[in-house]
Amino acid sequence: MPILETRELTVRFGGHIAVNAVTCAFEPGTLTAIVGPNGAGKTTYFNLISGQLPATAGSVLFKGEDVTALGPDRRTRRGIGRAFQLTNLFPNLTVLENVRLAVQARARNGVDLFSMASRHHDLIEKARHYLDRVALTARARTHAAALSHGDQRKLEVALMLALEPDIFMFDEPTAGMSVDEVPVILDLIEDIKQAGDKTILLVEHKMDVVRRLADRIIVLTNGTLVADGEPAAVVALPVVQEAYLGIRQREAGNG
Amino acid sequence: MTLDGILSGDRPRSRVLSVLLVAGFLALLGAPFLFPGTKALGVAERICIFIVLAASYDIVLGYTGIVSFAHAMFFGIGAYGEAIALTTLPVGWGAILFGVVAALAVSAVLATAIGFVSLRLRALYFSMMTLALASFALIMATQLRDLTGGEDGLTFSLPRVLTPAFRLLDGPLLGVRMDGRIVTYYLVFLATTLLFLLMLRIVNSPFGRVLQAIRENEFRAQALGFSIVLHRTLAGVIGALMATLAGAMLALVLRYNGPSASMSFEIMVDSILLMTVIGGMGTLYGPMLGAIIIVLAQYYLQPGMAVLSGMFAGLPVLPRLFDPDRWLLWMGGLFVVIVYFFPTGIVGRLRERPANDG
Repeated sequence: MPILETRELTVRFGGHIAVNAVTCAFEPGTLTAIVGPNGAGKTTYFNLISGQLPATAGSVLFKGEDVTALGPDRRTRRGIGRAFQLTNLFPNLTVLENVRLAVQARARNGVDLFSMASRHHDLIEKARHYLDRVALTARARTHAAALSHGDQRKLEVALMLALEPDIFMFDEPTAGMSVDEVPVILDLIEDIKQAGDKTILLVEHKMDVVRRLADRIIVLTNGTLVADGEPAAVVALPVVQEAYLGIRQREAGNG
Repeated sequence: MTLDGILSGDRPRSRVLSVLLVAGFLALLGAPFLFPGTKALGVAERICIFIVLAASYDIVLGYTGIVSFAHAMFFGIGAYGEAIALTTLPVGWGAILFGVVAALAVSAVLATAIGFVSLRLRALYFSMMTLALASFALIMATQLRDLTGGEDGLTFSLPRVLTPAFRLLDGPLLGVRMDGRIVTYYLVFLATTLLFLLMLRIVNSPFGRVLQAIRENEFRAQALGFSIVLHRTLAGVIGALMATLAGAMLALVLRYNGPSASMSFEIMVDSILLMTVIGGMGTLYGPMLGAIIIVLAQYYLQPGMAVLSGMFAGLPVLPRLFDPDRWLLWMGGLFVVIVYFFPTGIVGRLRERPANDG
């Protein structure tokens, strides 16, 4: 049984259809890459799955249950983890506190009004563990706002790790990172994949990364699912070549 | 219990602030002996009550980022709860207890309703809604004359232990007559200390950390799995209940309550809001300092100016500038200067310099 399924999932903004009747199922333990040109609706598709955006039509099924009507907090509590493309942190809290909050959210101790957060050493140790996994231990006491862009991306990923979800949704995790920082994140994704039981959805532009990591690639163009299959087969498709080349041209233009 | 346990690990984190807080605490602890006299005792009581009130508003405004103008309403509910109970029921501890419990229940229901509404409204409209609600409560308080005494308010008696006629000791202690006023003051002081430490614990609890996360980035806090409505509503209810308790204390020390004593917009803006903002939002120690400074200014700026005005007698302009009638002008000037130079409040400013970073 697929762990995650979208059925005819659609969202409209006025007359514009950003995601158009996408039906897709994700098997547990697999890594699916989602590719497509900018504005194809990849992040919007993610927002529909993790609940930041309500669907206009269609449904999202997680572990066999319809979660379409649930808010993002309840979907997270059920096991959908999300790392955001545009860095989305608690800027004036320390790096450690950012992760500690995610650990606290995962611990689900309910509303605890009368104990001291600083005395929950188990949560703090766990937070340190996840900081270590993204190589941010040295910055633990820095405010998140003071981190470099690459470090903020790493922290973003650490927050998702700390939630210990069943599904990891990475939205361009290496975008804007320097060349020497990229392997930290890629190794991490590989580690999660090697563990075997976690499902990963990855939006990524770098085709070498996609080919190396993905079990399967789906292609979105103008909000529509246009291709779905084994990486080698999908990459060879004309529609992907076009999208991929389109990106190459855009990047060349920006550079 | 260690100091960290008492302060919930939330040290002042500035040497100057530590000194100010300890001095403030000791001055309030010894107030009846250090500053004898009925007026001084009244000022000390008022400082205690407004420490609780401003700190409770800080939980709502500073820690959670909810801009509510209905906080004085909860203060008023607490004061009216006591006043109505003590005018309608036989005077005694039972009436006092009934008054505070009934007021807490009313505040809890209202604050819960406000919390749920807050999710449906954008921040600005929410603030306007609280303003309308506070206005409505004030009109109710003045119109329901049979219950509230209207504009005149309610005057009532207290159990004998809390009245000036009661003698705790036969003779004076350190030159101060140990009457029921002293008993009342120390009850208020004790309640203030316990409530402040309780609030300090709440803002440093796992729950308090979530409040700060919501203030920092509500979208992300929700994405981590925290329910925004639950946390915001609970923060609003806690703030409202604390304000209600402060209101109950106010009625007991004044042995009176009326609309302008507890529920007015002057209380909301000139006291609660300014104390919290000037002291430093989201610090809890800030509103404590703010309460001390502003209550002192409200009581002593005018007489202080009379003295200054007298000193400058005969000189041009100055006596008129310091005329006691101009005290609001100076108070306004003081606020502008403080807000301009300390945008993060006094505590925020003091903590910028890492005097003893720990």
